[in-house]
Amino acid sequence: MLTLNVNGKSHEVDADADMPLLWALRDLLGLTGTKFGCGIAQCGVCTVLVDGVPLRACVTPVSALAGKKITTIEGLSADSSHPVQQAWLAEEVPQCGFCQSGQILTAAALLAKTPQPTDADIDQAMAPVLCRCGTYPRIRLAIQRAAKIVKESRHG
Amino acid sequence: MAERIEVSRRNFLKIGAALGGGLLVGIDAAACGRKDIAPVNNAGQQGIFAPNAWIRIGVDDSITLLVGSSEMGQGVMTAIPMLLAEELDADWAKVRAEFAPAHASYTNPIIGRQHTGGSTSVRGFWQPLREAGAATRELLIQAAAQRWNVKTAECSTEPSVVIHNASGRRLRYGELVEQAAKLAVPETAFLKEPKQFRLLGTSVPRLDTPAKLNGTAVFGQDVKVPGMLIAVVARCAVFGGKLKSVDASAAKQIKGVRHVVEIDAGVAVVADHFWAAQRGRDALKLEWNEGAAATLDSAQIRAALVAAVDSGKSARNDGDVNQAWQNAAKKIEAVYEVPYLAHACMEPMNCTAHVRKDRCEVWVPTQGQATAQHQIGRHTGLKPEAIQVHTTFLGGGFGRRSEYDFVVEAVQISKQLGVPIKVIWTREDDMQHDVYRPATYNRMTAAIDQQGTLSAWQHRIAGPSIFARVYPTGIKDGLDVTSLENAQNIPYAIPNVAVSYALVNAGVPVGFWRSVGASQNVFVTECFFDEAARAAGKDPLALRRELLKAHPRHRAVLELAAQKAGWGTPLPAGRARGIAVAESFASFVAQVAEVSIEHGVPRVHRVVCAVDCGMVVNPNIVAAQMESGIIFGLTAALKGEITLAKGRVQQSNFNDYPLLRIDEAPRIEVHIVSSTDPPGGVGEPGVPPIAPAVANALYALTGTPVRKLPIRI
Repeated sequence: MLTLNVNGKSHEVDADADMPLLWALRDLLGLTGTKFGCGIAQCGVCTVLVDGVPLRACVTPVSALAGKKITTIEGLSADSSHPVQQAWLAEEVPQCGFCQSGQILTAAALLAKTPQPTDADIDQAMAPVLCRCGTYPRIRLAIQRAAKIVKESRHG
Repeated sequence: MAERIEVSRRNFLKIGAALGGGLLVGIDAAACGRKDIAPVNNAGQQGIFAPNAWIRIGVDDSITLLVGSSEMGQGVMTAIPMLLAEELDADWAKVRAEFAPAHASYTNPIIGRQHTGGSTSVRGFWQPLREAGAATRELLIQAAAQRWNVKTAECSTEPSVVIHNASGRRLRYGELVEQAAKLAVPETAFLKEPKQFRLLGTSVPRLDTPAKLNGTAVFGQDVKVPGMLIAVVARCAVFGGKLKSVDASAAKQIKGVRHVVEIDAGVAVVADHFWAAQRGRDALKLEWNEGAAATLDSAQIRAALVAAVDSGKSARNDGDVNQAWQNAAKKIEAVYEVPYLAHACMEPMNCTAHVRKDRCEVWVPTQGQATAQHQIGRHTGLKPEAIQVHTTFLGGGFGRRSEYDFVVEAVQISKQLGVPIKVIWTREDDMQHDVYRPATYNRMTAAIDQQGTLSAWQHRIAGPSIFARVYPTGIKDGLDVTSLENAQNIPYAIPNVAVSYALVNAGVPVGFWRSVGASQNVFVTECFFDEAARAAGKDPLALRRELLKAHPRHRAVLELAAQKAGWGTPLPAGRARGIAVAESFASFVAQVAEVSIEHGVPRVHRVVCAVDCGMVVNPNIVAAQMESGIIFGLTAALKGEITLAKGRVQQSNFNDYPLLRIDEAPRIEVHIVSSTDPPGGVGEPGVPPIAPAVANALYALTGTPVRKLPIRI
């Protein structure tokens, strides 16, 4: 048995040490918001935050996560009120939606570190997450919008 | 895709303009009546008004609209409800959408079965679903008129409310549910004039966005059924290969592995979770009879196309190409090639099935509910009414999910084991067992006469045929229309045109890939057109305008895109523009790409897109689909290539089949032409012009034509 801290809760999981976090989340904990896209850290749809840093759950063994705080899309906010989720709704970013958990979490980590990102910051931070539907132009707009929401909430 | 049902266009009876400024129409009882209500959801439930297969109104004013088309990102889960809600005069804030089951009620009128493809959903359902909404509104008005003891003509509606005009009395739709449910479906109903639309033509928010922001949207991969096990299938790496032997002893030792079973596709390892199933598959000792395709490689396939290209069947022969060739002042010749491409949906193929003795349920991200149901029947012996198909969200489709291979796998495993089975393909499975966009070899010739006119155009295509696999009887005189679209019917006024097609079965399964023949033929024809323009000494835009006089919609999008892009105005050094135009799926799209070369690689900075898709249902979704088509098409233009060696697909994952990333994505501007023409498609038409627009920009920049995809400088 291993203990994983996911979205602020401790979970006991019966997993071999080398099981990737992705499958512990999806098949053992039933948290299916984190997606399987490639299995080799190339597409980023499995991105979760580990102590606030984007990480590919498909290649991260559960044994590496003892004592770390894991945030999945289900735990980003209780009511889709995170500035990135608000901005994503306003810009209508998702199409098929399959990659969006990875996009949203990656954007949230970017803004936590760089609250007012440049276009180049956005491209660099978001490049690990693929979108086959081509929502990239709207992701850029939504991140700029989310940055504004963050700024206004700080000054307001 | 085994059978294709003849399209039967319903008779649509126009009775003429009538009271209220609407259009009185005859209502098709089969589409709008109660006779054929799908046996689903809350139909027949107390307190729910279910007048037809699409509409459910609750006493609490809730409006649930059933969507029989598949949501794969294109926005159909919003567009279909908009058609219904407009004529129902529903309050959009009260509308929610649900996926419909597989049922004949949801037959796409253009395709002839319940299927999502060919950018047909809005085109096909535009009329019948507005009628279904209007007929339902009529029933609610009748119910209110009865309650008030007034004539229906004295009543009107505002969103989700019936109003008695003279007295101002109001009844909410929810208050009329029980009375309306007792009324017979009317024979006629009023359709709105476009100027009366409240929803159509506006960017109402997509209904599926909220669920796609918080992890609650259920894709096929996310399906959970009590008692379900996960399966991963080992398939022969060579197309058509068969299992010779399997030793599963090591696989069965792995913790979590429950079963190893043989199915038509190969060997399935069934486990408590994916990780165990995948490790179990890795531990199988397998021997295959690889069959005839075991020596196939890309060079052989290309050689077969080259050998066949001059002996194709004629698809078009206007005037006398040979005569024009002999009289030409200038002659140009070129070979254009495009590779096989994978679909690479972000969600790898999957399906969950539970087969019991007397019934079967599947949960599947599919574009083809009717085909899935038919195939399940073939493999279980069950009748359609015993087969429930639950459609999930699709993590991309692009034509790949028109297939049913993943459905049959899940059904065959569940049938053997008697428990619910979720088959999940790995990315490698998905990449190497796709049905690919056909590779083609094209020999082009064109003649310019003494007056500088483009006098002859000859296009010889050699390539594998999609219809040969999915719809062989659709091949007429050796011609597959999907291989010829946008080649046979190039729109330019050229007096002598010859187009031919040589069908070459190369041994690689091919299938529908977003925008199909247009995706490759528009690259070939629009690029060769720029070569012809240069030979004639003309500006590529000017020559297009000159030769498109009979095609005002092509011209209008070209001119709009050119104007917004600043065609002909100076650019920074090292940049150039290219333009291309295409009609596909009843829509017209022109794109201008602004391109440079950085570190030996093309860089696309800006794309200006003009689209005429007829009457627009939701402008924001149209713009999103143009952006989507451009990014999707750029991956094909700049990166995509599937190659074969020893009968095996050499690419396996995104490391060797890369997709465009955000740092390579251009700025995109979309301009929509205002139109009163019937709606055209939007899911696909954004794709075809981008590859030639980029290639033509590079041609303008370097003087060397780009004749092969993916583009390599």
